[in-house]
Amino acid sequence: MSKRKVKDSHLPVGECITEVQSILRERLCCNLHPDKPEEIEAQHKHLLELLKRTVIHGESNSVLIVAPRGAGKTMLLKCVLRDLLQEKEAEKSLLQVHLNGLLQTDDRIALKEITRQLHLENVVGDKVFGSFAENLAFLLEALKKGDRSSSRPVLFILDEFDLFAHHKNQTLLYNLFDVAQSAQAPIAVVGLTCRLDVLELLEKRVKSRFSHRQIHLLSTLTFCQYVQRVQTQLSLPENFPDKKFGQEWNKSITTLCKDASVEEVLRRHFNTSKDFRSMHALLMLCLSRVSVSKPVLKPADVLEASKLRFADAKGNMLHGLSILELCLIIAMKHLNDVYEDEPFNLQMVHNEFKKFLQRKSNSMYNFEQPVIMKAFEHLQQLELIRPVDSSTAKIQKEYQLMRLMLNHSQIMEALQKYPQCPTDVKQWAKSAFA
Amino acid sequence: MKYFSRLRVRRVYKWLGEPTFNRKLKTYEYGSLAINVDGLPKTTIINVGQHILIEGDDEDHPYVAKVIRLFADESGKRKKVCVQWFVRVSEVPLNKLKQLGREPHPQEIFFYQGRSCDDEVNAESILRPVQVVHVEAEAKFPVIKDEDTLFVKLSWDSKTFKVVDSSLVGPVLSTPPLPCPKLSLPPSPPCSPTAAAPLPHPSSRRALPTPDPLIMARACSGEVRRSRVCMSAGKVGSLEAESLHSATKLSASKCLSAKRRSASARTPGVRKKLELNSPEKTTQGDIQGQQLDEKLDSEMMLAQRLSSSPPRMEPLPHCLTPLRSGHRALASPLSHRLTPLRKSHRVVDDEDIVPIKPSSVVLRQLSGVHSPLSPSREDPDSPQQADVVEADVPNSSVLTPKRRNSTPRRNSTTRGQKAATPSQKKEGRTSREPALAVLAEVDNENSPMLPVAATPRSSKRKSAQLVSLRIRKQLNLLDCQLYLNSDGEDEDEFVPSKKELRSSSEDEEEEDEELDSDEDVVSKKRRNAAGLRTPRSKQKSGSSARTPRKTPNKRITPSTPRTPRHATPSIPSRSLPARQPSNALEEARTRLHVSSVPESLPCREQEFQDIYSFVESKVIDGTGGCMYISGVPGTGKTATVHEVMRCLQHAAEVDEIPSFTFIEINGMKMTDPHQAYVQILQKLTGQKATADHAAALLEKRFSNPAPRKESTVLLVDELDLLWTRKQNVMYNLFDWPTRRHARLVVLTIANTMDLPERIMINRVASRLGLTRMSFQPYTFKQLQQIIMSRLNKVKAFEEDALQLVSRKVAALSGDARRCLDICRRATEICEHSAAAPSTARLVGMGHVMEALNEMFSSTYVTAIKYASVQEQLFLRAVIAEFRRRGLEEATFQQVFVQHQALCRVEGLQPISVSEGLAVCQRLGACRLLLLESSRLGVLLRVRLNVSQDDVLYALKAE
Repeated sequence: MSKRKVKDSHLPVGECITEVQSILRERLCCNLHPDKPEEIEAQHKHLLELLKRTVIHGESNSVLIVAPRGAGKTMLLKCVLRDLLQEKEAEKSLLQVHLNGLLQTDDRIALKEITRQLHLENVVGDKVFGSFAENLAFLLEALKKGDRSSSRPVLFILDEFDLFAHHKNQTLLYNLFDVAQSAQAPIAVVGLTCRLDVLELLEKRVKSRFSHRQIHLLSTLTFCQYVQRVQTQLSLPENFPDKKFGQEWNKSITTLCKDASVEEVLRRHFNTSKDFRSMHALLMLCLSRVSVSKPVLKPADVLEASKLRFADAKGNMLHGLSILELCLIIAMKHLNDVYEDEPFNLQMVHNEFKKFLQRKSNSMYNFEQPVIMKAFEHLQQLELIRPVDSSTAKIQKEYQLMRLMLNHSQIMEALQKYPQCPTDVKQWAKSAFA
Repeated sequence: MKYFSRLRVRRVYKWLGEPTFNRKLKTYEYGSLAINVDGLPKTTIINVGQHILIEGDDEDHPYVAKVIRLFADESGKRKKVCVQWFVRVSEVPLNKLKQLGREPHPQEIFFYQGRSCDDEVNAESILRPVQVVHVEAEAKFPVIKDEDTLFVKLSWDSKTFKVVDSSLVGPVLSTPPLPCPKLSLPPSPPCSPTAAAPLPHPSSRRALPTPDPLIMARACSGEVRRSRVCMSAGKVGSLEAESLHSATKLSASKCLSAKRRSASARTPGVRKKLELNSPEKTTQGDIQGQQLDEKLDSEMMLAQRLSSSPPRMEPLPHCLTPLRSGHRALASPLSHRLTPLRKSHRVVDDEDIVPIKPSSVVLRQLSGVHSPLSPSREDPDSPQQADVVEADVPNSSVLTPKRRNSTPRRNSTTRGQKAATPSQKKEGRTSREPALAVLAEVDNENSPMLPVAATPRSSKRKSAQLVSLRIRKQLNLLDCQLYLNSDGEDEDEFVPSKKELRSSSEDEEEEDEELDSDEDVVSKKRRNAAGLRTPRSKQKSGSSARTPRKTPNKRITPSTPRTPRHATPSIPSRSLPARQPSNALEEARTRLHVSSVPESLPCREQEFQDIYSFVESKVIDGTGGCMYISGVPGTGKTATVHEVMRCLQHAAEVDEIPSFTFIEINGMKMTDPHQAYVQILQKLTGQKATADHAAALLEKRFSNPAPRKESTVLLVDELDLLWTRKQNVMYNLFDWPTRRHARLVVLTIANTMDLPERIMINRVASRLGLTRMSFQPYTFKQLQQIIMSRLNKVKAFEEDALQLVSRKVAALSGDARRCLDICRRATEICEHSAAAPSTARLVGMGHVMEALNEMFSSTYVTAIKYASVQEQLFLRAVIAEFRRRGLEEATFQQVFVQHQALCRVEGLQPISVSEGLAVCQRLGACRLLLLESSRLGVLLRVRLNVSQDDVLYALKAE
C-alpha cells in the first residue's frame, strides 16, 4: 500500500482531473443507492419488515409509498430489496414483478408483462400468448393454485401507481389486492406514487381490499444538511490515486461551501426544491467547468451554473426576436394593461403599434401589413402568444383572439438585455405614451 | 371452433304388437317399438330389455339407458319408455371421477343407481339401440372395433362407484357382440343425428389400433388392387404407405393375428399416453420406452413381412431408418409418408431432410414408378446406415441390412451394431427433452395429418376440439403402426374412403384458411392448448378421446407454432417452507389476516340462515331462483355465501340434500361482461368456447329438459360490472333460473341496495325478483366480536384497544377488512416498539392509536409542512389571490404576481417564471394543487385541492 502510494502520489494534473470527473460524474448521474438509508430509517424498517413477512411467513400484504417526486421512493424500495435479497431465503424464493404505470398503460399490457416476468407457462420465449381474458384467467388461476406455505412469494412493484387506478374498472388492482386478501399464493403489492390523494382514486371495492398501509417519505432536510450533502457529494474519496491532489481538492470544496455567495446560491436552490436531483444537476454544471487549466471549483462556477439553472426559458426566447416582433410584444403588453388581460387580435396590436409610429417622425419601423402578419405568426409558432380557442377554422387570422403568454416582468427584463435595443422602443415599453 | 347445426331427421315411432292394459297404472304396455327414419326403408325395433341411446343435450353423447317398459298412457297418444339409466364418463362430475382410481375407458358407462332422476322418458327421444356389454370388475376392457359398444363395469349412485351385477346389465363380454340391433339401422346420411350419434368415438378408435371390421373382412379376402393404389398414390399419401405393404402380399390372416396381438398389448399403453398431458413429466421416460417397444412391435412385423418378399425390400430400410434417430425424425417422415401431398403441411424442418428423403424414395417406388432404386441413392440419405452396413457384412444380401435395422429393436440381436443402436436411441431420447419446444413444432406440423390418416371418418366431424399435441403425436405413432400393420391386407379398403380423405383434407385446408383469418378461433385454440394441462386435463383428454368430433379439423396451422403448449397456471413452489408464526403476536397477525378462514362467521347468523334456507329449498325442490345480496364492501357478503355453500356441500355429501354444483364468477375478474358465459361454461363442463357460443350452449343446457340433472348454484359477485348496454348478460343470468328444467339458483352480490332499480331495465329487474337481502355495516360490537372470534383466545390485545379499533372503524365504514388491517398493523407497531421481542406483550391503546393515525390521518398538512420554502410561499400566494378575487380559481400569472410580492416581503430573491412554474407543477404532481395541462404556461388555471384552512394551519404551525 505504502509502495503504491509513493508510486501513485504524483499524477499529472490532467489525469487527476479526468479521475475527478469520472468519480463525481458517476456519483451525480448514476443514481447510486446509499449503503444506509439516511433520514428514512423508520420507513426503511417498516417496508423491510413487511416484505420479509411476505417472503418468510408467506403473509400477503399491500402497501403504498407516497412521496413527492425526487423524495427517494424508488431509492427506498431499491435499498429495501437489496437488504431483503441478502437473506438467503428471500433470494431463493422471491419472484419480482416490476410494472410502471407509464409503460403498462392498460391492464392488457400489464397482464402480459406480469405473465412474462413470472415466466408462467403460457410464455414462449419473450412472448405471451392468448387474449386478454385468457391471460387474466390464467394468471388468476396460477395465483389461486398457490398457497401460503408452499408457493414462492411474488412481489408486485407498481411504479406510478396512480396511473393504474385509471385503468378500466381497475381490474388489475382489484385482482391483485383481492389475491393479497385471500388465501392464495403469497404476494406483496408495493405501489409507488407521488399523489397524496391516491386512495381517493381507488374504487370502493378496490379500496376496501387495499390494506391502507401508506409509507410517506417527507424530507425533513435542513439547510445545513443540504450544504453538508453538497460537500460530501463533491469531496473525493480517501483512496484517490493522487493523495495530494485529493486533499487539496477536498480542502477547496470545504472553503467553497463556506463561501457566502455560494451559500446564497445553495439556499436559493434549497428554498425552491429540497430534492437531490436538482442539486445534482447544479453540481454537474459546476463540475463541467473544471478543466486542466482550472483544476479547482471556484464560487464563480457555482454562480454561473446557478444562473443557467434559474434562467427563464421564455424570457431568453425574447432575446432572439427581431425588433418588429419585439415591438409587437410591447404593443400586446400595453393592450393587456389597458384591457386588463383581455384577449386581443392582430388588428388591435397593429393599431397600437401604429400609434407608436405616428409619434415618431422617422418612418424607420414602417412595415407592410403582410410583414406584420408574418411576424405575428412567428410569435404564435414560438408559443409566445396562443389563440384563445383552438377552433381556427372560421375566423380570419387578423381577427383571431390571442393571449400573451409572457409576464410583464419577463418582457422588461428581456428588453434590458436585448442587444442594441433602440432607446425609443425601450421608452415605449416603459410607458405607452412615451 | 365451428359448429354446424345438423339436419334433423324425422323419425316415426310405432308400436309393434298388441298392448296389454295395465289396470293399476292405466297404461298400455307393449313389447316393442319400431322406429322408421324418413326416407330410409329400414326399421329399427326396440324391445324391452334392450339398451338404447336417448337424445340429450349433448348430441355427441346421447344418454344411455336400458328399456324396462314400453307403454302408452291412457289416451294411447303419448308413447313412453320406462328406463334404467346408465351414466357416461362425461356425466360423472370431474371430482368424483377420481374415486375410480384409474383412467376411465372412453366407452365405459356406469349403471346408474342414484336418485333424483326421472326414469320415464318420451319414446320420441329414443335415437337408436346400442350395444352394452358387461365386463367383470377385474377384467380388462375388451378391444372391440365397434364404437357403438359400451362397457359396464361399475354402478354409480352419484356418490360412489360399486361393482355391478352382470344380470342387471345384459350380455357379458364372452358373448360376441351382436351386430344385429345396430346394423338394423342403416348408415344414414352423414348429417342426420343418427349418423352423427354413432360416431362419438373416433379418437378412441384412433387410440385403439383396431381396424374396421369391414376392412378386415375385405383384407381377408386377399383382394389386392394395385392399380388403384398406384392411381391414388399420387393423390393421397397415406395410401402409398399401405401399398407398400400390400406389395408384400402378406397373408391377411397372419397379419390379423399379429395385429390382435399387438393391439391387445398396446391398449394399456394407449391409456398411459392419454395420461401424458398430465403435468408430471416423470412418466415421460416410461412412455418413451413404451413407444419404442411399440415401434419394435411394428417393425418386427414389418420385418417379418418383408422377409417374405425379398425383391421389394430395398426401400424399406429407408423407410425405417428414421425411426432409429429418435422421435423427431420418426414423427416427421412417417407422417410424410402418410400424407405427402397435404397442402397445409410444410415440409418438415430442414434438419430433418435426411429422414424425409428416404421416405420420398419409398413413395416414389410405391407409387408404381419402379425405377431402379439403386443403393447409390440410398447412401447419401442415411450415412448411419451405410456405416452399419459396412461395419457388418459388407457383401451380404440385401436382406441383411434391413434385418439389422429392425432387429436391434428386438433387443435380442447379437450383431455388431447392437452397441450402436441403443445409443442412438438414447440420443433421440435425450435430445428430446431440451428441445421440447422444437419438437412440438414438428409435432405441430405433423399433427394435422393425423385425422386424415388415422380416422378418415372422423374428419367428417365438423366441430373440432383440440387434443394435446403430445397425444396427437402418440396417436400419430400409433396410427403409423396401425397402418403399417393393417394396410398389408386392406389397401383397397381405402379406395372407397379416398374421397373422404380428400374431402377431409380439403376441409382442413378450409379450416386452416379460416384459422388464419379468424384470429379469435386461433386464440381459442390456444386457450385449449394452454388449458390442457390444467388439473382437469386428464379428464379432458379422456373425454376428448371420446369426442373426436371436436378433434379433427381445427388444427393449428403449421405456420403458427406459437401456442404455448402444456401451460399450467401455477406459481413455482418455494424451496423452503414458509415459517410458522413463532410468538403470540405473530400468531395473532396470522389469524387477523383477512385471508385466514375463520371457523365460523360471527354476526351474520341471520343472513347465513336466510341464504342457507333459500338455496337449500331450491336444491331440494329442484327448482331455480334468484337472490340479490347487497352491502358495502367488507361486510361479509361473499364470505357468508361461501360459508353457506360449504355447509350445503357438506350436507350433500352426507346425503341430506341432493348433490349440486356450485360455481362462482366475479364481475371484476373478467375483462368483459360477456366473458361471464365463457367462465360459467368452463366451470360447469370444462369446455372452452367463445362468448357467443358459450351463451348458446348454456342457453341450451338450461332450457332443455334433461333427466338426471343436478342443481346448479351460481354465485355472481360484483354484479354491477356485468352491466352492458343491452343488459343481455344480466337478463340471461336471471332468465335461466325461471326455465322449467334449469334447476339453477343464482345468488348475486353487489354493493348498492337499489342496483336493480338504478341500472337494470324493467325486464331484467323483474326477473331478478324481490328476494333481496342487505348486509348492514358491522356495528362496533360486531366488529369486536369478529376480532375476538378470530383471535380465538390468543391473548394479544388489550380489551380497550380492541374496543377503540372497532368503534373507530364502525364509525367510519363498518368495513371488517379495515378493522382487521388496523389490528394487524397495531401488532406490528407493538412488536417494533418492544425492546426485547421475546417478552410477551399486549397491543395497547398507544399502538392502536398509532396505527389508526397512520391509516386515517390526512397527509396534506404534513406534506405542506415539509414542502420547500418556495412551495409554501406559492400556496400562500394562491390563497392571497383567491382572497383578492373572491374566487376559488386563478391563473398562474395572477398567482405569480402575488408570489413575487410575497418573496419581497419575506426578503427572498424573486424567482423567475420558469422556476415558479416548476414549483407550481411540483405542487400539482402531489395534488396539493389542481392544475390544467402545463402547455398553457402562465395561463394555466390553479385551484387548491386542500381546504384553505388546512393550508393556513400547516403554514402557521411552523
